[in-house]
Amino acid sequence: MNASFAMGYLTFLLQGALWTVGLSVIALLWGGASALVVALCRISPLRSLRVATALYIQLVQGTPVLVIIFLIYFGLPSLGWSVSPLLAASLSLSIYVSAYLGESWRASIQSVPRAQWETAECLALSRLQRMSKVILPQAVRIATPPTVGFMVQIIKNTSLASIVGFIELVRAGQIINNTIFQPFLIYLLIAILYFGMCYPLSILSRRLEIRGSDKAYA
Amino acid sequence: MNLDFSVLLGREPMIIQGLFLTIKLTLVATLCGFCVGTFCAIGKRGSIAWLRRVCTCYVEAIRNTPLLVQIFLVYFGISNLGLSLNAVTVAMIALTINLGAYTAEIMRAGFDSIERGQLEAAETLGLSKRQIYWHVILKQALERVYPALASQFVLLMLASSICSQISAEELTAVANFIQSDTYRPLETYVVVGLLYVLLSLALRALLWLVGLALFTRRRKLGTLI
Amino acid sequence: MPDVRANPDAEPIVSLKEVHKRFGDNHVLRGVSLDVGRGEVVAIIGKSGSGKSTALRCMDYLETIDSGAITVCGHRVDQHDVDLKALRLDIGIVFQSYNLFPHLTVEENIMLAPRSVKKMPKSEARQLAHRMLGQVGLLEKASQYPEQLSGGQQQRAAIARSLAMEPKVMLFDEVTSALDPQLTGEVLRVIEDLAAKGMTMIMVTHEMNFARRVASTIVFMNDGKIWEQGDASILNNPQTEALQDFLRNEL
Repeated sequence: MNASFAMGYLTFLLQGALWTVGLSVIALLWGGASALVVALCRISPLRSLRVATALYIQLVQGTPVLVIIFLIYFGLPSLGWSVSPLLAASLSLSIYVSAYLGESWRASIQSVPRAQWETAECLALSRLQRMSKVILPQAVRIATPPTVGFMVQIIKNTSLASIVGFIELVRAGQIINNTIFQPFLIYLLIAILYFGMCYPLSILSRRLEIRGSDKAYA
Repeated sequence: MNLDFSVLLGREPMIIQGLFLTIKLTLVATLCGFCVGTFCAIGKRGSIAWLRRVCTCYVEAIRNTPLLVQIFLVYFGISNLGLSLNAVTVAMIALTINLGAYTAEIMRAGFDSIERGQLEAAETLGLSKRQIYWHVILKQALERVYPALASQFVLLMLASSICSQISAEELTAVANFIQSDTYRPLETYVVVGLLYVLLSLALRALLWLVGLALFTRRRKLGTLI
Repeated sequence: MPDVRANPDAEPIVSLKEVHKRFGDNHVLRGVSLDVGRGEVVAIIGKSGSGKSTALRCMDYLETIDSGAITVCGHRVDQHDVDLKALRLDIGIVFQSYNLFPHLTVEENIMLAPRSVKKMPKSEARQLAHRMLGQVGLLEKASQYPEQLSGGQQQRAAIARSLAMEPKVMLFDEVTSALDPQLTGEVLRVIEDLAAKGMTMIMVTHEMNFARRVASTIVFMNDGKIWEQGDASILNNPQTEALQDFLRNEL
């Protein structure tokens, strides 16, 4: 294998990595928006909403991401909707993110000290104002380290999109392997690229956690 | 939309086989992964510098790469070494390596949470390092991090679905086969999804019972350390 | 105050000679020298930061010293090759925060070291634990967990745990400082009992009246050195201004 081939393969691999990042961002945005809804529903004064959301979370958290992907990619077409690998992967990952991040954010909201809720009430703020001006800003600060840590999980789970044919990093590597037949080497390279994406986020999350605990307020 | 769940009738034996393999993979990987992770956590706190570095690299490498890639690396790595192991064994090895890293982090946090005063008291009573680990640190750390550990084990059970990619015939692989055979993907994956949900509930219940059995103080007093 | 001191010409059982210790830039011990004979009860008093706890901890190799010599029961604690296991069999230490093992019952706390270090069989260890608990008045708490005991009871249990190893010297590091005032009495009674039985003891304490009553020697430390040393009369006639100030503040 001469140098120009190698460069070509590397470029293809890096393009795959780019799609990994792209899919992760889509999952984070869609999933994040849904997670906010999930979190707020979980603490809603309406009991039926709380229970329904809890059920949703239990179902999603009890199902492997791969099964969710298969369900959407193979299952939806039998209902008449055509589903591209990208759509299937985006949808499943967003569902996955909405459940896990939703629970995490709910916990963050609930760990804002009771006194803050009461103070906001005493200041005659409406529930919406209480949430947006007092509670959520503080919850965001609490939620940031685990959310940054969870982004690592999202990036890793995008690898499952390869199984339904979406050309992210793993699929790109598998395509290259069909030409050069060096699977171990290729997967090693893929692993190194994932590490390069995930490790900085892991470090960042750890650092945020330490800084957060230093600035703990009663 | 015409759903036809009846195609799954008659496939029960296959589904049960897949379920059993998922359970088997989970149990073996949980036990082995826990041991690997605990030794790794101990190694990370030890005085041997190269061991500390190796454990840190292992933990960071696994936690920052996807399980799918790890499984393929183990699969092709083993065949590169000239060994031919069956898919289930390869799956168990990969899952063990994966869980070991996560366990190591959890146990390390548990170890670090033991107050220094207790370690000093144990030292001054004449206990050796190994005795301190066994009698003072391990049991307490385990009790403290048990919820986190239990969650990790459940995540492992769900992740075992990825082993379908190296042809281990666990539950997801069975689902793939059935749906391609019956052309009923929606029904198949809904049922299999529900089976996983039930399995995760059962696993949580089992772990809770194990916790009650192991931690007598917790059982009697109901408090956290 | 009982005088159970052995022959004063005999070798001191604990001996510190010109001990220096620094924590970073902080010169905590600046040449501490102290001899303690068998059966003596020494109370070390002084304000926080004077180095009293550090001096005590150095005796049991919980801190290493920078220079000087420490000999305890014949062990050279300042040497790096000191036989720690043998040293710790000879010294018992009780801490301000009791440091009981919360996941073990009170009797299991006491049985742990005799079984692990002295390889005592379980039934014998249990009998020993019950004997110790009886001595400190906690026999009925044997199967309870530390969190079910009051602070004073936990500290007495900690004392029993150290005593179970039959040490030759007992060190007490401000063992009543973390207790509510009404709970200190029960702990001090146990310590006084031990003293009467002839145990060699070195205690860092703020309990002036107790020291006056029970200690055979009182040592006043200030700024990392021993400024005054003698029997209880030094509290009535402080020679140095530092001790005068200290006593004034204590009252």
